[in-house]
Amino acid sequence: MNGLTGAYVPGSSVLHRLPAGVKLAGLALACTALVLLRTPLALAAAAVVAAALYALARVGVAAAWAQIRPVRWFAVALFVMQLIFAGLDGAISTTLRVVLAVALAGLVTLTTRTGAMMAALERCLSPARFVGLDPFRLSLLLSLTVRSVPVVAGLAARVREAQRARGVERSLRAFAVPLVVSSLRHADALGEALSARGLDD
Amino acid sequence: MKDEGKQRRLATQTLARVAVFAALIGVLGLPGTLNVFGNVVPITLQTLGVMLAGAILGSWRGALAVVVLLVLVAAGLPLLAGGRGGLGVFAAPSAGFLAGWVFGAAATGWLVERAGRDPSAVRLFAACVVGGIGVVYLFGIPVQSMITGLSLGKTALLSAGFLPGDLIKAVLAAVVVRGTQRAYPDAVPAVHQERMRAARGR
Repeated sequence: MNGLTGAYVPGSSVLHRLPAGVKLAGLALACTALVLLRTPLALAAAAVVAAALYALARVGVAAAWAQIRPVRWFAVALFVMQLIFAGLDGAISTTLRVVLAVALAGLVTLTTRTGAMMAALERCLSPARFVGLDPFRLSLLLSLTVRSVPVVAGLAARVREAQRARGVERSLRAFAVPLVVSSLRHADALGEALSARGLDD
Repeated sequence: MKDEGKQRRLATQTLARVAVFAALIGVLGLPGTLNVFGNVVPITLQTLGVMLAGAILGSWRGALAVVVLLVLVAAGLPLLAGGRGGLGVFAAPSAGFLAGWVFGAAATGWLVERAGRDPSAVRLFAACVVGGIGVVYLFGIPVQSMITGLSLGKTALLSAGFLPGDLIKAVLAAVVVRGTQRAYPDAVPAVHQERMRAARGR
């Protein structure tokens, strides 16, 4: 598993240079505005603004499409259903609202490095300190998880091979139980190792 | 137990378990991890992972594992089924289901914690249905209805299409959790908590 890089597209546009926190706040404002816009005309204007932002960021058509692609069938189904239940105006504005919200959120993802986004999100989570989670442990938790993904994926591959050798390829149980048990063993060994390095003191 | 602050801090054991389970939920959604019936029916097991996290880690640890996964997804890592990631998934109509995962894992864990040191498969199944399906839909359906503007009833009817698959996953989760807890008793939340308490009182 080596595709764990996120969708960031390198660039030097204004949007790339804005701090992640500002972009997140802007996104929240934009999504609120989208909910408040009622007429198809207003939403069409919003679509023009979104397209202009994409052009400003210069991330390329392929990257933009990759952000919207997951909701394409949903958008079609939603449009048809709204057309039946709420008429053409409602269908256009509801569908546009959903697609635009996804597109704008995608734009923030495309123009922000994963590391910068994680730092901004960690700051958002810092009030967790009051329930006993200190920020250092929180960021350790996040980076441990990122590191654990390839480890667990490797465990899954090993269990698959063992299954093939035993001739029980079709059994979900014979896949999931060893995977979960070996993940737990790995987790508890990891916990011991962290503890041995003095993280509990 | 030295002092109150120490007790409430996230022990490294917990830290490691939460991180690995967050990763496990992510891995269960990776394409090609698991193909049932060859390649014909792509089944993602991510909701299975949510049920597993609750039933094995217990309520708040299970919920924390889901939160960690969602934070990484928000940061842009493609950890949701089908390689989805980024902030877009939280603006999409299914966003409520993601929020529901957090509370679903917590509810499943809460129920399993109360099932004693050796939870039966039936108790586990019930916990997975209540948390992994009931609570998840409870959050998912209203949000989807709000975003799409369809009535609650119609949205619920649409979501009912996922019910058979989710029920199968709940059965599978119960079987897998039962198997895991027999092979590794420390995977029972009640047993793990007892051991942690004993270790602290040392």
